[in-house]
Amino acid sequence: MRKEERLFAIILTFFIMALFWILLSGKFDAFHLISGLISCLIVAFLSHDLLVTKKTQKKLLKSVRLVRYIPWELWQIVLANIDVAYRVLHPKMPIDPRIIEFETSLRGEFSQVTLANSITLTPGTITIWVEPERGKFCVHAIAKEPADALLVDQTMQKKVAHVFMEG
Amino acid sequence: MISIFLATGILISIAIGLSLYRVVKGPGIFNRTAAVNIIGTKTIALLVVMGYYFERPYFFDIALLYAMINFIGTLVFAKYLEKGNLWS
Amino acid sequence: MVLIHILVSFLLGTGLFFTFVGSIGLLRFPDFYTRLHATGKCDTLGAGLIILGLLVYHFFHYTETPLIPTKLVFLIFFIFIANPTATHALMKAAYQIGIKPWRLGEKRQ
Repeated sequence: MRKEERLFAIILTFFIMALFWILLSGKFDAFHLISGLISCLIVAFLSHDLLVTKKTQKKLLKSVRLVRYIPWELWQIVLANIDVAYRVLHPKMPIDPRIIEFETSLRGEFSQVTLANSITLTPGTITIWVEPERGKFCVHAIAKEPADALLVDQTMQKKVAHVFMEG
Repeated sequence: MISIFLATGILISIAIGLSLYRVVKGPGIFNRTAAVNIIGTKTIALLVVMGYYFERPYFFDIALLYAMINFIGTLVFAKYLEKGNLWS
Repeated sequence: MVLIHILVSFLLGTGLFFTFVGSIGLLRFPDFYTRLHATGKCDTLGAGLIILGLLVYHFFHYTETPLIPTKLVFLIFFIFIANPTATHALMKAAYQIGIKPWRLGEKRQ
């Protein structure tokens, strides 16, 4: 049903763009509303297949679990920055950088992007490259403890796999 | 309260000046690109603070737009440095 | 009202502290990869905390324009997603070009 899916994608993109327009401008007179609707229509026709892809069924459960994952992530960000601040301001600068590689069981695109973003935002690690077919991550770590937290404990991989149901 | 905003703006400008040293000195183009990205992020914070200090609400739109320009600019630079040209 | 002023000052002060730590890390670290560690994490949180402090100030001082905090919340979301992605893109480009990472005991670059 290519035509039906295309129509649904165009209408959904149009409504999301119209919502953003009204939310960001805050003016409700005739000129702004009509020019906004025309712009949203043109954008929805040109790029509707960027926003709505084929599999939109399991996304509701994944979104709910993603919203519950975000507070744990924010706490990890705060811990990460206190750790980096300690390493920067210490007069002896205790760093010992190394590069590590490991494999995960995630195969979907969005889940790999979420894990790479979480690795970049947590203490002492930044993602270098990701191999999408086998789920292989190459990570630059700044000292021994953050590298061990990713290799040995594997808490972050388990949490992301739980959010996306290993996919 | 308003004078605290002015002090915050001056301190952010001092932090931008510190990053400018890395733009001048960094050996190679990668250090300079990273430092310019950081100056862009600090400029966004400075624009929002100055929007509250001068009581003009249109500065926030400029800050949102500059955040997107900064992000796309850094991505384009990284892709060009990695592959030699911008199309596959 | 004084309590709100103290909360806003605390948030602004913490944000400024992390911004300065990011800049000092850019100057002190010996190698490109470690400098990206310092700036990509600290600077993101510093800018985020400053904008969060101004958001709290807006809610208690100007209560008649409720649409402006929506823009600031979008800005915080965008910074938290865009800065690590740009950091990752730069690091990947440097690794493919062939810049060597720094080990313990070598010379500064």
